[in-house]
Amino acid sequence: MTDAPASAAAAVAAVPPKRTAWRRLRKAPFTAWFGFAVILFYAVLALFAPAIAPHGESQTFDIPYDVWAVEPRLVWADLGPLSLPYWLNFEATGSMHWLGTDQIGRDMLSRLIYGARNTVGIALVTTLLAFFIGGTLGILAAVVGKGWFEIVLNRAVDVLMAIPSLIFALMLLSTFGSSLLNLVLIIAVLDATRVFRLARAVAMNVAVMEYVEAARLRGEGLAWIMRKEILPNVMPPLVAEFGLRFCFVFLTIAALSFLGVGIQPPLADWGSMVRENATLITYGDITPLLPAGAIALLTIGVNFVVDWFLNETSGLRDGQ
Amino acid sequence: MASNPPPKPGDPVLLDIRDLRIEGESEDVWSPIVKGVSLKVKRGRVLGLIGESGAGKSTIGIAGMGYVRGGCRFTGGEIWFDGVNLRTLNERQLDRMRGNRVSYVAQSAAAAFNPAWRLMDQIVEVALIHGVMNRAEAERRAVELFRKLKLPEPETIGRRYPHQVSGGQLQRAMTAMALAPRPDLVVFDEPTTALDVTTQLDVLAAIKEAIEDEGAAAIYITHDLAVVSQIAHEIMVLRHGETVEWGPTEEIISRPKKPYTQALVSLRAFRKEEAPPAPPAPLLSVEGVTAAYGGAVTVLHDVSLALETGKTLAIVGESGSGKSTMARVVTGLLPPVSGAVRFAGAALPPRLKDRTKDQLRDLQLIYQMPDVAMNPRQTVEEIIGRPLTFYFGTKGAERARRVHQLLDQIELPRALATRLPTELSGGQKQRVCIARALAAKPKLIICDEPTSALDPLVAEGILRLLVGLQREEGLSYLFITHDIATVRAIADEVAVMFKGRVVRSGPLETALAPPFDDYTDLLLKSVPEMTPGWLEGALASRRMEGAGQ
Amino acid sequence: MKLIFGVIFQRLALSLVTIFLVSIVIFSSVTLLPGDFAKSILGQSATPETVAAFQRELGLDRPPVERYLEWIGRVAQGDLGDSFASGAGYQRSVAEVIGPRLGNTLFLAAITAVIAVPLALALGVAAALYRNSWFDRTVNATSLSTISFPEFFVAYILMLIFAVNLRLLPSLANVGPETPLDERLVKTLLPAMTLALVIIAHMLRMTRASIIALLASPYVEMARLKGVSRRRVILKHVLPNAWAPIVNIIAFNLAYLIVGVVVVEAVFVYPGVGQLMVDSVQTRDIPVVQGCALIFAATYIFLNLAADVIAIATNPRILHPR
Repeated sequence: MTDAPASAAAAVAAVPPKRTAWRRLRKAPFTAWFGFAVILFYAVLALFAPAIAPHGESQTFDIPYDVWAVEPRLVWADLGPLSLPYWLNFEATGSMHWLGTDQIGRDMLSRLIYGARNTVGIALVTTLLAFFIGGTLGILAAVVGKGWFEIVLNRAVDVLMAIPSLIFALMLLSTFGSSLLNLVLIIAVLDATRVFRLARAVAMNVAVMEYVEAARLRGEGLAWIMRKEILPNVMPPLVAEFGLRFCFVFLTIAALSFLGVGIQPPLADWGSMVRENATLITYGDITPLLPAGAIALLTIGVNFVVDWFLNETSGLRDGQ
Repeated sequence: MASNPPPKPGDPVLLDIRDLRIEGESEDVWSPIVKGVSLKVKRGRVLGLIGESGAGKSTIGIAGMGYVRGGCRFTGGEIWFDGVNLRTLNERQLDRMRGNRVSYVAQSAAAAFNPAWRLMDQIVEVALIHGVMNRAEAERRAVELFRKLKLPEPETIGRRYPHQVSGGQLQRAMTAMALAPRPDLVVFDEPTTALDVTTQLDVLAAIKEAIEDEGAAAIYITHDLAVVSQIAHEIMVLRHGETVEWGPTEEIISRPKKPYTQALVSLRAFRKEEAPPAPPAPLLSVEGVTAAYGGAVTVLHDVSLALETGKTLAIVGESGSGKSTMARVVTGLLPPVSGAVRFAGAALPPRLKDRTKDQLRDLQLIYQMPDVAMNPRQTVEEIIGRPLTFYFGTKGAERARRVHQLLDQIELPRALATRLPTELSGGQKQRVCIARALAAKPKLIICDEPTSALDPLVAEGILRLLVGLQREEGLSYLFITHDIATVRAIADEVAVMFKGRVVRSGPLETALAPPFDDYTDLLLKSVPEMTPGWLEGALASRRMEGAGQ
Repeated sequence: MKLIFGVIFQRLALSLVTIFLVSIVIFSSVTLLPGDFAKSILGQSATPETVAAFQRELGLDRPPVERYLEWIGRVAQGDLGDSFASGAGYQRSVAEVIGPRLGNTLFLAAITAVIAVPLALALGVAAALYRNSWFDRTVNATSLSTISFPEFFVAYILMLIFAVNLRLLPSLANVGPETPLDERLVKTLLPAMTLALVIIAHMLRMTRASIIALLASPYVEMARLKGVSRRRVILKHVLPNAWAPIVNIIAFNLAYLIVGVVVVEAVFVYPGVGQLMVDSVQTRDIPVVQGCALIFAATYIFLNLAADVIAIATNPRILHPR
């Protein structure tokens, strides 16, 4: 992540006029378009989950670990010590569930769709909260400048950041217990430290600008300076950082859920779904990879968009 | 042009650029930067390229090495160097030429030297990679050039790292690096622009002597006509990527043909009209102010100044003289350690936050860099309108009307009100900053080098505007600058600052006339003039004084 | 030289202060325990007497400052207290529980670093050198995808391929104290590969980015105008200035390894500190959780300190003061 603040700070310098935004978007590479498409797809799934999912979120059926309705089968070639797959066959199994059922017989496809709502929603709320806390404090620290407020805040953030956030989260969850509210608050506060660092760094670059000094000399108050002079000018790097932080929060929550201390049942959540069905892997069943892949796909999508955005706004060029 | 026969190796014309065209990219749009420029540099002669920023002079200069910067591309023309068209060479062939037969001296030596290498290693690198000398020879050659360029401790200075050497010395070291492999042509890209005026003189003289001695041809790029007239045999004036005029230095300086060149040459003749005598009315007085940063580094020592209503007090000095700190003390950004500032008959609270809204309003500031003095996310109307709302509560249609009035006053079209600062030119931006200051109806405007980042003609326009506004509105200016010509143009009173002290002050007529103190003398003698032979004269007088001491 | 030692000493002191503050944070997480904590540990059927006894045992009835000083004093001597999991007549100290697992985790981290660091740096420099080539684009897209994968996704894919389908490597990394080195290596290979993949992706992207940022420096253009070839510019002019960022990148990623280790150990049932910490969180074995957190934090702080010191020691401005 060390590269994010640097490139994000570079984005402060280049303020693209609004008019060209659409043209830039049209010229965006395939990866960025792919990213936008993925994000849109997930958004639709999350918003209309009840309408799209064939069954209820925690509706159980008789057969646990039911197979897919159409089962992919690898055909293996025996090459002495090694056997390698060379073909993929599809067999109809007569199962009522497109992607089978989980360990207690809930429809896998429906839970995947509801998972979009829960997993993504929780990560989004957490990231927003982290940005609200970290962004406000970061800009405030940059504007107030040297003084006890900044020293205390900086020191506190240094200390909080000296503990790896997953480890810290694990520790706090063990004392406070893994309720959804605790999870969101803990991750948001821990992640706010990272946001604080970036927001303060870019806001400091803006705060030394003479237009901010001009506002001070005019006699403007703190709120005006933060809202009108600083905030609009730190938006591009913060927007990029929002994408990156969302990915990070999303992956952290998924990891915690996978470890069993994140989002708790019966909420359908991709991280927990991987853990609950993990044993299937040893039988060559790829069902547990589906929720994991769902996580990966969204993160890739967001990363592709952010990567394009950062490239557009930093504008590094090469001589010949 | 096309009928010209291609030059042959060994021709007296070393560099022959024909109809050069270069485009630059911004926001995915390619637009021409150099629009068909042709030039010739003869062996051992110096061609000066002069023009304002955006004239394409730097781009043309490095194109002489077959190089274009990132985000630019050649779109036409030929670059003949000693009988070879550089545009037909591949990267490896160009690498073999660059540094060896054509070399480059960058504007900021501090940034252009690699911070991780000793100076000597960087200087001998050229000779080593091109295989023209072995290491011992290359080091001997470097020391010889250090001596020629009058660097201190020529034997050992090469062992230092760039950050251990001063800016003027680095610029000489870079000249040594360029001359080391005995190139046929050296491109100097504003080599003295970043230096203080007193340092500039020495470096300029050292460069001039060295290239004459070495017999190298040179392209000397600058925006300062006086500087280039001291060093170049011929001058080419550029504007908007096109040639305005090209001729022998003598010709360009004394008999310019084109209006643009004439304006450039007569630039320094501008003088403010004599104001009608008025009874003295003291407005600002700085009394025995001592100021320090972080409570430790004292930058102002017991400074006293006085300014009367409707007058201009110019504070001149080089970087580090404390002149900008003076402005910070007056504005309240830096409370002084001791001393007081009185304004309009009352003591001004030292701290910004203790001042009343009216005190803040009475005292406005114009900055050096208009680019960073305006919020890039606010329109011109918001920028000019904010002081109206903030100080007078003016809103809505009334505010729009006032903004239009102010735009008329600073001679900008009303249509600009909806623009963002990034869509304005440098001069327009500075005008908007002036309008923002005017909107507060102040008594005093502090001008912190408002013209030094602008091109000469644009700067003159700003000075004329400021002088006109002073006459109309009865404004007073505290004008901070390093440029003597600007002082002569606008000041009523002058204070010369050096190392945090006022070394000389008084009315313009007496302050800048002999007899001088040592520093003012040095400062005035270092300001380049266009008179032929001025450089040699200035140096000789400086040496005489040095010998006399 | 004096300056260098001064700066390094300053960093060292700062790190000690940070560790001290971190220990307070970790300790207070116990002090912050909600009131019914004892009940939730002992179960709903616990009598008020047993709850009180438990709280006394934890020292929850004494002032926090006193308890902290006692705790930190013992921690300084290597005594992290007793695991809650120790029953009557079955005392297990935290140090005893963590000790062997720490060895396992360090082994896994070391193997990963040995694979990942050289590979990532080489790929990163190569991508910067051949910027915008097909090689760079491929590396860029691949690494961007890889950093988007949750660790367990990578882990299960590798497990599916190498353990389940190809049957080349064991799917479980259940090493014990008696496992011989060769078997230990084979068993550690899948977890190490998983971690290495994720870290290589991060590290090469950062290396590439920092080298490209340096390529925009004026001294690079100067070198090009001196006739220095592209390759030599990167190797001789840019790399010497890249040490500080590169060392930082390595430290950052080794620190990231600590986090990654938790999930990967859980997937492969590798008996390391990460797995231990997760188990202890689930059983709410606070002293063990504290111990693990302290070890992770100390490692993290130490890595950053090391990076700082190396960056200082290679900075010409500090190395050769005016």
